[in-house]
Amino acid sequence: MKKSAIDIWVGLFVTIGMLAMLFLALKVGNMSAVSFAPTYTVSARFDNIGGLKPRAPVKSAGVVVGRIASIQFDDTTYQATVTMTIEKAYQFPKDSSAKILTSGLLGEQYIGLEAGGDEQMLADGGKITQTQSAIVLENLISQFLYNKAADTGQDKGDTKSGTK
Amino acid sequence: MNLEPSSKSNLITNALGDLGFFIRRNITGLGYAARMFFLVLMRSGGLLKRPRLVSDQILFVGNYSFVIITVSGLFVGFVLGLQGYYTLTRYGSEQALGLLVALSLTRELGPVITALLFAGRAGTSLTAEIGLMKAGEQLSAMEMMAVDPLRRVIAPRLWAGIIAMPILATIFTAVGVLGGYLVGVPLIGVDSGAFWSQMQGGVDLFDDIANGFIKSIVFGVAVTFIALYQGYESKPTPEGVSQATTRTVVLSSLAVLALDFLLTAMMFSN
Repeated sequence: MKKSAIDIWVGLFVTIGMLAMLFLALKVGNMSAVSFAPTYTVSARFDNIGGLKPRAPVKSAGVVVGRIASIQFDDTTYQATVTMTIEKAYQFPKDSSAKILTSGLLGEQYIGLEAGGDEQMLADGGKITQTQSAIVLENLISQFLYNKAADTGQDKGDTKSGTK
Repeated sequence: MNLEPSSKSNLITNALGDLGFFIRRNITGLGYAARMFFLVLMRSGGLLKRPRLVSDQILFVGNYSFVIITVSGLFVGFVLGLQGYYTLTRYGSEQALGLLVALSLTRELGPVITALLFAGRAGTSLTAEIGLMKAGEQLSAMEMMAVDPLRRVIAPRLWAGIIAMPILATIFTAVGVLGGYLVGVPLIGVDSGAFWSQMQGGVDLFDDIANGFIKSIVFGVAVTFIALYQGYESKPTPEGVSQATTRTVVLSSLAVLALDFLLTAMMFSN
């Protein structure tokens, strides 16, 4: 085979490899979700983060506005400090609240931001004070059982803490 | 030590001697291999001046493996689509088929199966080529002419393998995902939007795709170097070359699977 023909074939091979990489990055992976827009950092404390993970989305009204940068345990307040980066294009009032929500019944967990009414906006390094922890299924069930037990106790009228 | 020629102690000392020889030979081989690896790396600077040497070899190990890699990738994707659907539909979550196919291909199957096929397709031919060069005393002839065979013969082939292997693995993964799509969406009838969006939601560019890429580079180094070393150290006889070729397949397959376990444990543990 002539030298130039070899070069063409090798070049073709490498090009196909690059196209495959591009396909993996854009179509299979989440490259299209990686944004390089300028961001600012906001932190919030939660009593319980459930199954929240770093790089999980931060959504407001269902639209992704940022991502979770890191999650740390604070051993002075015994709470979890969640740091998130939010795109500069989206400004939120200072008294906005953050909730840990679940997409679908068993889907991934994310943070939902609800805008407040303050005139001042959250700045870089700001703190969200109103937070709502993740719902833990076991707590929910035990709460439900206690309520049920308390209800049946009241209906019977004799004992308040009937366990049946 | 008592080395009387009584038959029983002879048997034991022979066995012990064999064991010692076996261990010593393997450790020596490992040392030789490590020394040769660093020598090749140190002497591959000249390739920057003559990149043609590498691109010729990429044609040999890369382009000629293209067809087998593409066809295997397509069929592995087909099978993943069918089997994944069969399992997922029991849990009513067949929308996650795209995620299952893409994750298993990018993280494991893409690099590993490509490396195994690469060992069979390119590794054996490298070993046989180098072994025959040695048997035909071409390598000695080069040394006589003050041409360093490590620099002229081994280094370009090693680099060609290191470059070609990740490209092949990427092609394998991409074709496999397309195969999974072909079986999942047009044939079985999974929703096309859910197929792609679940995939994009679950596959991370750095955690999954980049780590799979790193795996394929490591496998490329391991498979190509084992093939070249076996060829270079083979006995210069037809028998020796055939044994070396067999050892290439066995050793590189084992190395790929063992390295895969180590890399997976390191990358995806946290």
